[in-house]
Amino acid sequence: MEFDLQMVLVILASAVATYATRIGGYVLITTMKRIPPRMEAALNAVPAAVLTTIVAPAFFDGGWDSKLSLVVALIVGLKVSHTWMLVAAWLVVMGWRRTVGF
Amino acid sequence: MSRADFVEGLRGGFTVAVASAPFAALFGALAVDNGMSLSELMLMSATVYAGASQMVGIELFGNNVQAWLIVASILAVNFRHVLYSAAIARYVRHFTPLQKFFTFFLLVDPQFAEMVKRGEEGKPVTFIWYFGFGIIIYVPWVLVSLLGGLLGGFIGDPKALGLDILLPAYFLGIVLGFRNRSNFLPVALVSAVASAIAYHYVGSPWHVSLGAAAGITLAALLPLPGALKPEPENEPHEV
Repeated sequence: MEFDLQMVLVILASAVATYATRIGGYVLITTMKRIPPRMEAALNAVPAAVLTTIVAPAFFDGGWDSKLSLVVALIVGLKVSHTWMLVAAWLVVMGWRRTVGF
Repeated sequence: MSRADFVEGLRGGFTVAVASAPFAALFGALAVDNGMSLSELMLMSATVYAGASQMVGIELFGNNVQAWLIVASILAVNFRHVLYSAAIARYVRHFTPLQKFFTFFLLVDPQFAEMVKRGEEGKPVTFIWYFGFGIIIYVPWVLVSLLGGLLGGFIGDPKALGLDILLPAYFLGIVLGFRNRSNFLPVALVSAVASAIAYHYVGSPWHVSLGAAAGITLAALLPLPGALKPEPENEPHEV
């Protein structure tokens, strides 16, 4: 067992910070009696808004291999399942890198 | 009944466990590459348990960034979880305090997405279902990250194996799962553009919070779905 004290402290602080975000919204919302409709509309937009921000840089800042791969994954995802999106994305990226290069 | 719920949870979570295994392995390999020991990377997977922010964390560890900045960055990447826990509040009110503790501890992206989907389909969101779904992702996540750390030396360049595309493609799949919601397209487009701009001018990980804020603000400002086809009983609620 190899532990560096400073790294362990940073990891545990990160864990506490993460847990705080995971319970924070619940604590905030239970202090309110009724959710206003606009806030509900905002909450309903959370998944699409947040998860998109994780994908966007890979598309905009990635090379043509990543861009093409994500477009193909998007088309596949509209037709079939998520697992096939991963397969399609991987095949396109590997195909591009083996033929065109990095 | 509860046993059937548990098994259903295990089944649903299993797909996620398989899909996230490459990322757990990749995290382990990159963690070792950035100077973490095997016990430290396992501690991180077991206590932080958040893929994207673990990746951000080790990247900063490797670059000797100050401790407070690492924690702040992890907080920024995970800030979306505040919104998740607010959004699932309606489903967990009947859980006991201990059940709530585990519910929020296990609240990762796919877990959140699946819980909302299940709730909206009108199926019962029981703790035992949630726990089954979560534990089948959590245990492999910790173990496979250790495996990745052990094999780290053999993985080499993640790009040569095409691993780097799997994370965005995976998140893209989750996003598509929400495409039938009202305002999905404008929200997703605005978040995408805003986060790309923030990524360029402010930098990672702030693009997550800033991009999401843009999309959520837009959703709050757009005409409400109820306002488009007004029903008499809705009118008293309008402010």
